[in-house]
Amino acid sequence: MAFLDRTARSLFLTELVSGLALTLDYFFRPKVTINYPYEKGPISPRFRGEHVLRRYPNGEERCIACKLCEAVCPALAITIEAEPREDGSRRTTRYDIDMTKCIYCGYCQEACPVDAIVEGPNFEFSTETREELFYNKEKLLANGDRWEARIAANLAADAPYR
Amino acid sequence: MASFWSGYVLPLVIIVAEIVLIVGPVMLGVAYLTYAERKVMGAIQMRQGPNLVGPFGLLQPIADGIKLLGKEMIFPAGANPAIFIGAPVMTFLLALVAWAVIPFDAGIVLADINVGVLYLYAISSLGVYGIVMAGWASNSKYAFLGGLRSAAQMVSYEVSIGFVMITVLLCVGSLNLSKIVLAQQTVWFCIPLFPMFIIFFVSALAETNRAPFDLPEGESEIVAGFFVEYSAMAYALFMLAEYGNMILMSAITTILFLGGWLPPFNVVPFIWVPGIIWFAIKIAFILFVFLWVRATVPRYRYDQLMRLGWKVFLPFSLVWVVLTAGVLVGFGWLPKNIG
Repeated sequence: MAFLDRTARSLFLTELVSGLALTLDYFFRPKVTINYPYEKGPISPRFRGEHVLRRYPNGEERCIACKLCEAVCPALAITIEAEPREDGSRRTTRYDIDMTKCIYCGYCQEACPVDAIVEGPNFEFSTETREELFYNKEKLLANGDRWEARIAANLAADAPYR
Repeated sequence: MASFWSGYVLPLVIIVAEIVLIVGPVMLGVAYLTYAERKVMGAIQMRQGPNLVGPFGLLQPIADGIKLLGKEMIFPAGANPAIFIGAPVMTFLLALVAWAVIPFDAGIVLADINVGVLYLYAISSLGVYGIVMAGWASNSKYAFLGGLRSAAQMVSYEVSIGFVMITVLLCVGSLNLSKIVLAQQTVWFCIPLFPMFIIFFVSALAETNRAPFDLPEGESEIVAGFFVEYSAMAYALFMLAEYGNMILMSAITTILFLGGWLPPFNVVPFIWVPGIIWFAIKIAFILFVFLWVRATVPRYRYDQLMRLGWKVFLPFSLVWVVLTAGVLVGFGWLPKNIG
């Protein structure tokens, strides 16, 4: 009986027909594609994208050159040099991130005691040359000015879970 | 001198014009078949397919063609240049010459020869040479394996295609393709000869090296099979030939089993539509099934492919040839004009 069953099934192509019916069903289902450059998917407030250096509302830069981020960075992507400023406060003279080394683990923003270095929501920062990805302090601060609104909102959204 | 013009030049011009009139739409059909394939496969996989170049991505095949034209052609070291160039040209040529005998509508056929079926069979058998030549001349192990697979596969499935054609010929009593279509005025052959229709369609898949019989290309095993080493226009010729062969096999399926240019019902709204439109619709339907099958079934293993060809299709079609002949003789239904 099992032989008859198997023979009939292969002779009448039942499995092939059911497979074709399934794909035809899928043919008429709505598409799940997001038209990327024109449509974008949602991003979590915890998304770890391009780095920024933030400022206080009065314009003073947050970073106090404690070098915790440099120490914690597993990819050794961060380089910091610091000396006291004229008013006696400790500030960085150099803050470089090699974005080609960075693994976007987020340890730097976790280590930062003043929320100065943060990984923002921007992930569209590809460049045509490698050199453009060696970020310096100026570039990072500019990023901070550009993304501050979104970053502040993200930090506020994530605050209850910290 | 006048006889030279009216006797030689004028007929030549007319024939060339007719050829252009056939080849042009076929090439356009090939271009948009690649587009249709990407759209249909996309829809089945819940994707969109090409949609950026032109409205709905309709200019995508044109863009692809321009890209391929602009590419550099690479000759592998150790390849045989003459055969290497000749192979895609031959494959492409064979995909086109078969259209000479295809009747698009009553009387609209380039060469209305009485051995049309035999001609098509011969041309599709020759198709394997281009592939074997490509596999051999490339001097690469992948291309060689692809060529070998293709040769064995096409030879195997041609046998059952031959028997399927014989059953149709038994019912028609002629090898003329127009007469085969006209013999289906009462009922299309896909109804009385339904199993043969299925076998013919599956063999057509194998003959055109389409999924699930795309072992000669088998990109996950032998990269791209017989045309790994080809680039630019030579590659484009292979692709044009492959898709041209798909359209050709769909046209042959339509003529043998789906009543060619005949409308499905001989009543008023259907007979208003010109026959060539019916022919195109039927071809488009078969082509859709080609793509649909590709998106559904996984590739055969090589021994399964051979088993299906020799141990299932061949005996099955042989039995049907005998059965059809027996029924036709037994009931006295043999076509009158046989002989």
